Amino acid sequence: MPTRNINPFAASSPTITSSLDAMNEKTEPARRSSFSKVTNNKFTQFFSTSPKSKPNDAAALQAALVAQQQALFNSPSQINSSLLSLPTISLSTATGEKTPMEATTLFQPPSPTEVRRLARTHAQFGPIGSQAHRCSSKFEGPEFAEPIEDEPPYYFLITTYISYLILIVFGHVRDFFGKRFRHKHYSHLKERDGYAPLNSDFDNFYTRRLKIRINDCFSRPITGVPGRFITLLDRKSNDGNNTFKLTGTTTETLNMSSYNYLGFAQSDGPCADAAEMAVRKYGISLASPRDDAGTSDLAVEVEDLIAKFVGKPASMVFSMGFVTNATAFPALVGKGCLMISDELNHSSIRFGARLSGAMIEMFKHNDMKDLERLLREVISQGQPRTHRPWKKILVAVEGLYSMEGTMCNLPALVKLKKKYKFNLFVDEAHSIGALGPRGRGVCDYFGIDPSEIDILMGTLTKSFGANGGYIAAEKHIIDKLRVSNAANLFAESPTPPVLVQIASALRLINGELLPGQGEERLQRLAFNSRYLRLGLKRLGFIVYGHDDSPIIPVLLYNPAKMPAFSHEMLRRKISVVVVGYPATPLVSSRARFCVSAAHTKDDLDRMLTACDQIGDILQLKFSSGIAGGAEPLPEGASADMEKEFHQPGTAQVMKPPRWRIEDVLARGVEDVQKPLR
Amino acid sequence: MPGSAILLRYIRSSYQNDPVRSAVELFLFLFAIRYLLAPTYSTQKQKHVALSEEEIDELVDDWTPEPLVAPLTPFEEIQNEKRPVIVGPTGPKSKLSNGRTVMNLASYNFYNFIANETLKEKAIQTLRTYGVGPCGPPGFYGTQDVHMKTEADIAAHLGTTACIVYAQAFSTISSVIPSFLKRGDIIVADKAVNYAIRKGIQISRSTVRWYEHNDMEDLERVLEKVTKEQARKPLTRRFIITEGLFENVGDIIDLPKVIELKLRYKFRLILDETWSYGVLGRTGRGITEQQNVDATEVDMIIGSLSGPLCAAGGFCASTEEVVEHQRISSASYTFSAALPALLATTASETITILQETPDIMVQLRENIKAMRAQLDPRSDWVKCTSAVDNPIMLLVLKPEVVASKKLRIDDQEFLLQDVVDECVANGVLITRLKSMPPALGAGARDQGWQPQPALKVCITTGLTKKETEKAGIVIRHAITKIVTRKK
Ligand SMILES: Cc1ncc(COP(=O)(O)O)c(C=O)c1O
Repeated sequence: MPTRNINPFAASSPTITSSLDAMNEKTEPARRSSFSKVTNNKFTQFFSTSPKSKPNDAAALQAALVAQQQALFNSPSQINSSLLSLPTISLSTATGEKTPMEATTLFQPPSPTEVRRLARTHAQFGPIGSQAHRCSSKFEGPEFAEPIEDEPPYYFLITTYISYLILIVFGHVRDFFGKRFRHKHYSHLKERDGYAPLNSDFDNFYTRRLKIRINDCFSRPITGVPGRFITLLDRKSNDGNNTFKLTGTTTETLNMSSYNYLGFAQSDGPCADAAEMAVRKYGISLASPRDDAGTSDLAVEVEDLIAKFVGKPASMVFSMGFVTNATAFPALVGKGCLMISDELNHSSIRFGARLSGAMIEMFKHNDMKDLERLLREVISQGQPRTHRPWKKILVAVEGLYSMEGTMCNLPALVKLKKKYKFNLFVDEAHSIGALGPRGRGVCDYFGIDPSEIDILMGTLTKSFGANGGYIAAEKHIIDKLRVSNAANLFAESPTPPVLVQIASALRLINGELLPGQGEERLQRLAFNSRYLRLGLKRLGFIVYGHDDSPIIPVLLYNPAKMPAFSHEMLRRKISVVVVGYPATPLVSSRARFCVSAAHTKDDLDRMLTACDQIGDILQLKFSSGIAGGAEPLPEGASADMEKEFHQPGTAQVMKPPRWRIEDVLARGVEDVQKPLR
Repeated sequence: MPGSAILLRYIRSSYQNDPVRSAVELFLFLFAIRYLLAPTYSTQKQKHVALSEEEIDELVDDWTPEPLVAPLTPFEEIQNEKRPVIVGPTGPKSKLSNGRTVMNLASYNFYNFIANETLKEKAIQTLRTYGVGPCGPPGFYGTQDVHMKTEADIAAHLGTTACIVYAQAFSTISSVIPSFLKRGDIIVADKAVNYAIRKGIQISRSTVRWYEHNDMEDLERVLEKVTKEQARKPLTRRFIITEGLFENVGDIIDLPKVIELKLRYKFRLILDETWSYGVLGRTGRGITEQQNVDATEVDMIIGSLSGPLCAAGGFCASTEEVVEHQRISSASYTFSAALPALLATTASETITILQETPDIMVQLRENIKAMRAQLDPRSDWVKCTSAVDNPIMLLVLKPEVVASKKLRIDDQEFLLQDVVDECVANGVLITRLKSMPPALGAGARDQGWQPQPALKVCITTGLTKKETEKAGIVIRHAITKIVTRKK
């Protein structure tokens, strides 16, 4: 257990020793059952020695990290000052009253209002437990590898298909009889005095027959700030999820569902203070499109900040991320142009692509070979029928995919771009703020110069806790877009409080405001993401995505497990998102966790414990071990040796990781700092 | 295996009787298998030119794409250069970045809600309870109680049974249309509808028939024709899509007539009230209130919370069934983050103000009248195409002026931009109606209807009647000065 600073003095002079102790603390791993099986293979013996000491390269890494920590202590973060109490779950809903941020006198027990204020603040953003709970989100290594996608035993796949089959057959049988005997319930699917039905019964079969069964897991209404905790309004349904009634009570749950990556969803603190000032000074709205009279000095300032932040010469902001995409593509490509899009791209990209009138081709998700094959094909063949060369080719990818947790392979894309001369559009909706040692998105993560990418788009809805989207590019491109982008001409401009929230969040991240705090947020997010992912893998879950991604999808497969998982989590007061077909392929229903910098390690431990229990109840631990979660490397072993050891063809089979929760929690902090395995 | 005996006997007897037939059958059987296993039939493949790897490399090397964006045209350069930047709050008097304070007749701040202190206090309260962004789409924990309240408030105001709030007004209708209309469905739409409606229609891939702007006879003719054409085909969804107050022209529809036609020909009606909600009627309920039509007669009403209401977001008011369908199948609702809570509560508050103090609407109409008196009958050069109650006054050059000076569309744009500059120089900020950006690479013939270039003057109650008149005089003189200068 890492030591926690409960000493009020710690704020002014952080005790280096205590935190370093936490870093170097080595807990003796309890003997795992998996170690007991000893085989004759010499290598196996080698790999199953007790993981007590570290290999050399890991030691070097550790040393570097210690140095880094040291540097951090020299600039103590502001958040340390709020370490007065343990995070508590406050059951009172936020009241909207504004409490002044007066300094507390030392050695005085905090007054009840102060305690309440702190509890409220901590319900939105948890205090860091130990300085060891930070790490940096950065791409390491020469080759960016695709994450390995594990598969469950066939038994689970087959039962999944059978479940869908049963659901569909049942649905059709119910439709068959319903249409004959319960006219009232089906009237909206039939012609009614000369009007065609609004929805065809084929189109909404899925909604009527499958989704409605799990409707209570979607659109759960909330109140208050979607921060570290989120307050759900309890509701119940008496008619099979057709309608819901609010019961009037609320439940405060751990929030593993909001895109609040950097924890900027807060109703107090510097961002909210600035937003309040903005409302007082500027009013609530600009009441005009950008091109008429909606360009305020605030918008200009935010555009400047964003451009600098992402490393492009110019940028423009919009009042909605969806529309940013929907209007950007028609302004960039058109007839005679080709758009190549990743098959899993967001709906807004497809919306914009369809509006643009350009030809659209798709390549397999993140498959650079497929993209290259497609590029060779389309460039050599030219436009269909006329075979004229394409006017331009725009490749659109996302930085971080919100359902998969995968990142785009930017190094490979940039290499292909040089060879095939296409334009590259990267949607950083989820990656901006969430990836990279400085939070500047995928370019920062991979250490690639942003000038290599033509258009960087992102949304301000996620990491910055605001709303809207932006596009950053060369100045001449932005200049052109300002006059040709429909949203700039006709859509409402972002409102002053939203603009100021963006500006102050950016200033916090880049260290202009309260130096150290932004960095802490970034590093906590990176730590939390890796910690939870590693823990889940070790417990035996199949987890998709790259290691540094704050989006962690856990595969459930069976459709019936979606509501079950969601309900079990809710019983443990945790809110999660479950998604299934059609947002994912039919078989791979999943639960998606979004990690935030606002979470503390204790929150994640609570999450892991819940997952462990539910995983046992619902039989969700079916990983085979190929995707990670393995025992730590023993002394003297290196990753290469292990790779050799696991060569395909060698008779040695992977042992499925099934750690005990105690071991997961005990080893997590230390192992997160090393390359995950 | 049951039945195998029959099969064997059949093959044996057919072979004995006619080996050729067996061969033909076998051939057909193999062909059928090949056909079934073949990749999907595609015409593109037939045109495919087989190339060697070297040839492909060469073609790749040869290919030079066009630049990502075309260079700016001279007019676009002016547009970028002259775009006003407001420093500080937007109000009836706004300070520009060049240091001048101007009367602001360019913002949709009709009732000057921006300066309303009670609204600000309420917004700050919400901010202090909910933070700014909801950090997620409505389906994934982004629906807050304040959104539900705003939806209920709008529905109650309009008198519909349900309502859904989107995070942005502009994109609302572009997303509502394709969530109900698909390929094969039929849309009959006014020629002058705004850009967002056009894009919604485009995404839906439905069959569109246009009727002449606000021409009820033409609408009837088109409906008649469509009904005849479709008589023998299976019934598909049919919609009339039009606006209450037209963004591009400023005039008003004859709603009772449209309703009558829609009922007669069994069409549904999507009415875009983006510019009329909060403006028309005694309590700002829009065109339905002004023309005494029950809002439930209109199948879907789309409106904006961002213009006159000075909040943000858009809505679609309709029945429970229509609204719930959008919650799962309307792209810009399902796949986009919810509206920030403080903007939702602001919308609720301004709706209450509209209902409780209809006086502000009377005051606004007084100001519109005052401005109009300065411009429409008085100016020799322009006329106002907007309806009398529309606070957005669109001023176009009179046809005789256009004809005598032989002004093409872009000449008019340049000229009106000069007028705008002249007005700003004299302390009145107005703007131009922006033309709809054409599709890239489309020929001139695909462009369709375009509005006539116009000046846009937005009236506000933040200015007194006197000030409004004064501003009107400035605008009139500026027009005269610029138009007469042009030979
Ligand atoms: C990749 C991507 N682009 C765009 C958006 C839309 O952003 P917003 O929610 O701000 O409309 C999203 C949101 O989910 C997204 O995931």
